[in-house]
Amino acid sequence: MIRALILLLALALPAKAEDLVAGLSQNRIAISSSFDGSEILIFGAVKRQAPIPEGQLGLIVTVEGPQRPLTVRRKAKQAIIWVNSAAVEIDHAPSFYAVNTSGPLDDVLSNTSDLRHRITVRQAIRSVGAPMDVQDASAFTDALVRIRERQELYQLNIGAVEVSDQTLFNTRVELPANLVEGDYTSRIFLTREGAVVAEYAATIDVAKVGLERFLYTLAQENALIYGLMSLAIAIAAGWGASAMFRYLQS
Amino acid sequence: MQIYLPIAEVSVNAFLLLGLGGLVGVLSGMFGVGGGFLMTPLLFFIGIPPAVAVATEANQIVASSFSAVLAHLRRKTVDLRMGTVLLVGGLIGSALGVWVFNILRSMGQVDLLVKLSYVIFLGAIGGLMFIESLNTIRNTRKGKAPKRKHHTWIHALPFKMKFRTSGLYISVIPPALVGVFVGVLSAIMGVGGGFIMVPAMIYLLGMPTKVVVGTSLFQIIFVTAFTTLLHATTNYTVDMILAVLLLVGGVVGAQVGARIGVYLKAEQLRILLAVMVLLVCGKLALDLLIEPAELYSIGTAGH
Repeated sequence: MIRALILLLALALPAKAEDLVAGLSQNRIAISSSFDGSEILIFGAVKRQAPIPEGQLGLIVTVEGPQRPLTVRRKAKQAIIWVNSAAVEIDHAPSFYAVNTSGPLDDVLSNTSDLRHRITVRQAIRSVGAPMDVQDASAFTDALVRIRERQELYQLNIGAVEVSDQTLFNTRVELPANLVEGDYTSRIFLTREGAVVAEYAATIDVAKVGLERFLYTLAQENALIYGLMSLAIAIAAGWGASAMFRYLQS
Repeated sequence: MQIYLPIAEVSVNAFLLLGLGGLVGVLSGMFGVGGGFLMTPLLFFIGIPPAVAVATEANQIVASSFSAVLAHLRRKTVDLRMGTVLLVGGLIGSALGVWVFNILRSMGQVDLLVKLSYVIFLGAIGGLMFIESLNTIRNTRKGKAPKRKHHTWIHALPFKMKFRTSGLYISVIPPALVGVFVGVLSAIMGVGGGFIMVPAMIYLLGMPTKVVVGTSLFQIIFVTAFTTLLHATTNYTVDMILAVLLLVGGVVGAQVGARIGVYLKAEQLRILLAVMVLLVCGKLALDLLIEPAELYSIGTAGH
């Protein structure tokens, strides 16, 4: 019994031989009126009691925005114009997803590890069922990734994680200006020969503040008051401009 | 200076918006149109989501038309009675339009509806206006006076009413229908509908040109205000910060434009406006006809 336990511990030890300690430059991002994107610095070290083990070391840092269901539509030519026809609902797609790695993806991450830990963006998107008339549902997911990559909402930055002496690491993740609020998760994976040996996670709170917060909440919760307020501003501006120019003329 | 819009959830350059507002304001002041038909496509172009652009533009038109109507009231060129009849039709049409807009939004066809309406109406109005003003220029060169028909089928309809400011005694049905039609357009396209209503009032109802602009603006204020409220309460798509930036530029631009307009002849103004309308129309039509570079688009989940 005791022998079996020791054996188990011994087997478990290699996984524990290396661990991660990390920090983020900011855990809170405030979207104010002047928000123009942000940059997070993620840094840390590999903690180990034993000498550096064999095998190529890899570090992968991901930052993931809140999940939202969405619909991807495809245009098709009907008669002479292009209209939206087929649509596929995606149940879960992160609004933002960045993957920073210390080296080429194939070297630092094996397929099995990717599947188990859902690391690359394709693993983070879940689409349950496409309607019967859509044969090529994966084309819709491809399109989603392609469009969001162009908007820099999905990023894959190969070699963006700097590792020194197989111990210290740091990376920067650029958050674009068209950010959605919510809880963002940052995960850090330490891999040896493509297999994940240690993992670390932290959350980043992204929220609208001040005027942005006030207007957004008002528009959602007191829509009528918000609408009337918009009208009042419009009327006041219209009257103001008219009065001002009349004053300038006289 | 970048500014984050709370409802549109995009970050845009504040000076770009002020400039756009100003530019469209100059044009609207010159030609006596709200400018919504130009602004809404421009907003699509700089990346504002279409639903937000349409709803916010309605809000901006309230400001610019209120500013202009004050000037017309002082000159007594507003037919309040005709305006009210148009308005009743307009409110019904506007509610109808927002309802259609919501249905199509859930079907994913809002973009198509908005763009198609633009192409059809801009094409028709721009084309008619272009031909009409060309003819006027040719006729004035020849020295012929423009003639206006006085008795059409419109004068045979029941429910007649006296419109003193316009000097008309006609049925309330045609103006009410014009109102409904413009209300629907205003909700769907995010425009005031002046570019439809002004020709309709001149050619269909036979109103004198000098009261047309003021009366059209009078009813536009109420219809766009109603549209704004409906969009705000059903779709939550009115972006107040976007509206403020646009209308600050817009109201100033409108006053500048009105002063430039004084130096141009009426037919020249109309021909310039027609060319502009046709350009916007052509651009939108090409987008529908040419195969898009990206066939896929991302929308919010809906049923």
